[in-house]
Amino acid sequence: MAQAAANAQPPPPQRAGFGRRVAAALVRRREASILVILIGLVVYFSLATEAFGGRDSAQIIAEFSAPIAIIAAGEVMLLICGEIDLSVGMVFAFSTWIFYFATTDWNLPILLAVVLGLLSGSLVGLVNGLITIVVGVPSFITTLGMAYVLNGLTLNISGAFPVEPPGGHTFFRFFGAPPYVTVYWALGVIVVMTILLARTRWGLHTVATGGNLIGASESGVNVRAIKVGNFVICSTLGALAGILESVRIDTIQALQGGFPLMFYAVAAAVIGGTSLFGGSGTIIGAALGVLVLAVLNLGFTIQGISAYWFDFVLGIAIIVSMALNVTLERIRQSGRLGSIA
Amino acid sequence: MSAGAALPEQTSAGTPDAIRVENISKSFGVVTALEDVSLHVRAGEVLGLIGDNGAGKSTLVKILTGFHKPDAGKIFVHGDEVQLKSVTHARSLGIDTVFQDLALVPGMTVYHNMFLNREVTRGLGPVRFLSNRVMKKRSREYLDDIGVRVPSIDAEVARMSGGQRQAIAIARSTHSDAKILLLDEPLAAMGAREGALIIELIEELGKKSDVSMIVIAHNYVHVLEMCDRVNLLWNGRIVLDKRTDETSAEELTKIVAAEYRQPPQGRTGS
Repeated sequence: MAQAAANAQPPPPQRAGFGRRVAAALVRRREASILVILIGLVVYFSLATEAFGGRDSAQIIAEFSAPIAIIAAGEVMLLICGEIDLSVGMVFAFSTWIFYFATTDWNLPILLAVVLGLLSGSLVGLVNGLITIVVGVPSFITTLGMAYVLNGLTLNISGAFPVEPPGGHTFFRFFGAPPYVTVYWALGVIVVMTILLARTRWGLHTVATGGNLIGASESGVNVRAIKVGNFVICSTLGALAGILESVRIDTIQALQGGFPLMFYAVAAAVIGGTSLFGGSGTIIGAALGVLVLAVLNLGFTIQGISAYWFDFVLGIAIIVSMALNVTLERIRQSGRLGSIA
Repeated sequence: MSAGAALPEQTSAGTPDAIRVENISKSFGVVTALEDVSLHVRAGEVLGLIGDNGAGKSTLVKILTGFHKPDAGKIFVHGDEVQLKSVTHARSLGIDTVFQDLALVPGMTVYHNMFLNREVTRGLGPVRFLSNRVMKKRSREYLDDIGVRVPSIDAEVARMSGGQRQAIAIARSTHSDAKILLLDEPLAAMGAREGALIIELIEELGKKSDVSMIVIAHNYVHVLEMCDRVNLLWNGRIVLDKRTDETSAEELTKIVAAEYRQPPQGRTGS
């Protein structure tokens, strides 16, 4: 599609052809192309299998997607400003245990325990940010180290035995009850983060920081604060996702989340058009990327295809998305589609 | 090399200089970038700053913009002595810079770039949202006003030519109420036609507004065209200060050639 757009002749003065306009829209709005892929997948699996497409599949997709989407929103902010957090999957477990101990061992009221759990995530983000920005360790390394630190810590404090999350009926109803409460939370996070990214100075400065670090700081943008802040946002969202998910599945485990969850979130962001070079990306795109992963996951499961192939396809999806991203960026910058803006 | 000390003491009666630098020195480790540099720019004046690569021009600009701190010397803005603490501080005093590497963000629209870090927002207390419509309208009006043409105010800067980007960067600074504008190589990396547009823009701003400018450039012809006065910075010292209508490209070339033949002071024997 992009190729066709690139090769097309300049449009006749009166009006551009429909196909070309669609191609231009897809180039311009990355979310549009990922939406087309998502719809294509849903249509394919609905036709190819009988089980796909009902209420049950919707629920499975929603439950699979919610925690990943919450974390992906945080990763998008970090990726846009030119950083990454590999430890957020471990925060997912660690902060949930803090939440647990806050109620059982420290006898705090449950809402305070939630706040404490979230704050433990924020603290991890703050440490990640300060080590990366103040000391100057690349975030890839900082957060890789932090991932192992947290994993070791979580295994130690938890004794590696799963427990039941605390909380009464009312808490449960508003904080993670299956099937859809986590999904509502995820939708809320997507809305808030989209507004933050697209409609506030913080979001604009995040884009500026990733798009032109020196330029942004010469303009007086506090790029260090932006980066540290986005580390805190990402980790806090990781903690939120962890607590919600544990309540939903009624278990807290030391090894929940981890690297697979984090990589799903990063993969979803990349598939959704966020650049690993920084400077561009959207929360909506990442959310659509999560849905693509969820649909693939469920579709393959129903078809009885081995889970190994899921990873295989996921890998291809990541590479193709990134290749497409880079190519589209080249087309966009060459201005060949400018006439149909 | 006594020309630095023999600078004419020009204090125009009444109005203080827009910016005045006295005896600034700056070293980076063992490298002396600036040595006892003094210069001044009057209100509304366009000063050309020329000199060899490594003469200290960029260092001087980065000091005036609050990026570096001088080791010694004084800076006066509109007659008041100031210690420039940061880029933001310098900007709050009306000093703004268009850097060589351009502070524009390629992936952002023209109007977001125009308003970067001075965004118009609306909302309640700490909860504030961008007023994109206002920023768009004001950007368009302002660019029209000073004769800068861009394909679209909504377009990403990545799609603009070098000249258009430079014009947007300059327009952004003057639009932000900068009273003293520092332009570092505004004509670098662009073709003759685009360069001519930038020269036109600088002349236009010089005439139309009370903005004072310091323009760093390599090309003497351009400097004579754009500027009211020219200073030659050589080995970290100001060695010439002349009105552009009292000098010529030939004279400047001759003086520079003479400077080349002199061994740098204080570095003999190294």
